[in-house]
Amino acid sequence: MPEDRTIQELGLDEYKFGFHDPEEYFFKTPRKGIDPEIVAMISKHKNEPEWMLEFRLNALKSFWEKPTPQWGGNLNELNFDEIYYYIRPMENQGRSWDDVPEDIKNTFERLGIPQAERETLAGVGAQYESEVVYHSLKEEWEKSGVIFTDMDSGLREHEDLVREYFGTIIPPDDNKFAALNSAVWSGGSFVYVPPGVHIDIPLQAYFRINAENMGQFERTLIIADEGSYVHYIEGCTAPTYTTNSLHSAVVELIAKPNARIRYSTIQNWSHNTYNLVTKRAVAYEDATVEWVDGNLGSKLTMKYPAVYLMGEGARGEILSVAYAGDGQHQDAGGKVVHAAPNTSSLITSKSISRGTGRSTYRGLLKVHEGAEGSKSRVECDALLLDENARTDTYPYIEIEEKKVNTEHEATVSKVGEDQLFYLMSRGLSEEEAMAMVVNGFIEPIAKELPLEYAIELNRLIQLEMEGSVG
Amino acid sequence: MLKIENLHAEIDGNEIVKGLSLEVGKGEIHAIMGPNGSGKSTLANVLMGHPRYEVTDGTVTFEGADVFELEPDERAKMGMFLAFQYPSEVPGVSVANFLRTAVNSVREKELSVMDMYKLLQEKMRIMQMDPKFAERYLNEGFSGGEKKRNEILQMLMLEPKLAIMDETDSGLDIDALQVVARGVNELRGPEFSAVIITHYQRILRYIEPDHVHVMLDGRLVTSGGKELALALEDKGYDWVRQEFGSAA
Repeated sequence: MPEDRTIQELGLDEYKFGFHDPEEYFFKTPRKGIDPEIVAMISKHKNEPEWMLEFRLNALKSFWEKPTPQWGGNLNELNFDEIYYYIRPMENQGRSWDDVPEDIKNTFERLGIPQAERETLAGVGAQYESEVVYHSLKEEWEKSGVIFTDMDSGLREHEDLVREYFGTIIPPDDNKFAALNSAVWSGGSFVYVPPGVHIDIPLQAYFRINAENMGQFERTLIIADEGSYVHYIEGCTAPTYTTNSLHSAVVELIAKPNARIRYSTIQNWSHNTYNLVTKRAVAYEDATVEWVDGNLGSKLTMKYPAVYLMGEGARGEILSVAYAGDGQHQDAGGKVVHAAPNTSSLITSKSISRGTGRSTYRGLLKVHEGAEGSKSRVECDALLLDENARTDTYPYIEIEEKKVNTEHEATVSKVGEDQLFYLMSRGLSEEEAMAMVVNGFIEPIAKELPLEYAIELNRLIQLEMEGSVG
Repeated sequence: MLKIENLHAEIDGNEIVKGLSLEVGKGEIHAIMGPNGSGKSTLANVLMGHPRYEVTDGTVTFEGADVFELEPDERAKMGMFLAFQYPSEVPGVSVANFLRTAVNSVREKELSVMDMYKLLQEKMRIMQMDPKFAERYLNEGFSGGEKKRNEILQMLMLEPKLAIMDETDSGLDIDALQVVARGVNELRGPEFSAVIITHYQRILRYIEPDHVHVMLDGRLVTSGGKELALALEDKGYDWVRQEFGSAA
């Protein structure tokens, strides 16, 4: 039977018995911390070409040279020596849903969206403990030349393409965390959409950190060739741990002339995770890049999706929503660089803070000389759920060109006593009333997401808010 | 049904309701009339449990239960309803979405999506509202008249046992007033009671009250039948002040 053969080929049956013990990893670095030996070990384990090893080792140098940023959230408690930089799970790659081990399915089940994945969505790359364990791709896409795979396979199977673009949008020495990711990256997605191909159904990847003290350093590269369209969705839920863990991803998007990329993320990290992600896109002539970014959970998130508008008529849009609960700091925003004439951009940021939570909007809008006729609008709205919650706004604006149109608007609102009383008088508990106000507040972003994701976003925020009132 | 005894309530240390008593029986419609500043809206908010008002004395029971022991949502679940004078805006939450949540909170058994839709269509027709209205965000950008209609729509959807209407008629033109009155009359019956709080008697032409009370300086100074409302219209509140002001 073909199915049996696949399982044997993949070696899935080898891991069947040990599977239920989550600590029995297939491969794990022998010690915590990072040095050239660990980096070489990761590269060797993946059978990578020499150039990638060099890339990693150079990145490690940058990581050591770069200071820890002091301008954002508090990173002083983050101890780089207390982290395992590579863990590969016992499961191997699966090609279809049937090949996916039961336990992993249960994990997806708990994430609440397996049916949507199976039925509505054709291609699935899912990351489970640093490694893609499940991946399938709809046949018609393969026929039209679309590549949607995990980054490790991408490097093996499409080395030339990867080599051409990898690290070109976010070079390893861009910042300390991009350097760290470049040194120890593992997993993530590689997507290539050929000229003129429109992928109507979103590509999706789910992943989940599952081991204590484990860093997750996925690396995603999406190339949309001329006139193509792709919507990539990534969502994840992490369980709660007692010690700090680190998530530091790098996402690079390239939208060639007339192409459009939409990248949607909903992240819900455990409350002790440092979520330090570098996301950047370039948009060439008449291309469009849209980031839709939802940040929940984590101890500290620092994330500012960026769009560099490099060609005339290019367009960038960043929609971000963040929820900062007790003890959490969401330092998020967006960055747009107008480097060509008649480019346009829109940044919409919404943050919710509760308890001792703090949300920061940090954004950069830069218009280079010569980018005449460019338009930009930045709108940030903060919602405070109680008296102690805090929000700050740091909108940096650098404009070198006179013939531009830029707007900036910021609002701060509080959930009012009157609003809650009104909703409660209609039978909603205080908690339900609060959740309704919050869901309404994020509605402009939720409606940009596919329905099941909008529902998940609302549900996640509701979960975060549970027990928060009183 | 509703029993208020010697109610005293204050806001920010200022006593507004000063010893008010009132009993509303099943199926009865009571009108409370009074000039601005007489404490009418405070009374309405205290009955529903607005957290900003402090009750300093007296008791209020609804169907035998001490309402001061209940949160506003628990009062709603028991069948109390307040039509707000100034309903809050809730951006991003559609009227339909809000009503679905509200109706299912007060009902024991959840309504199916289809039944909910039918119910909403039916009630919106009574209120002469465009079906598109249900998709608008709750009270956001609503005109005064739309807000009031929306309050009555909510009342029709929630089918309370007791509705307190806080100046629902103020700011309405005659057409809107009739629509609002129709909504109230729709519910009128042996299982529905209402306390209509108003400055003017004109709404009482469309909703005929069983009892009319006049409120002045935090208490009810006189009560009567619907003829009292007409007398008030003729003589004005100055007459009430002259007659009863010394008692205040």
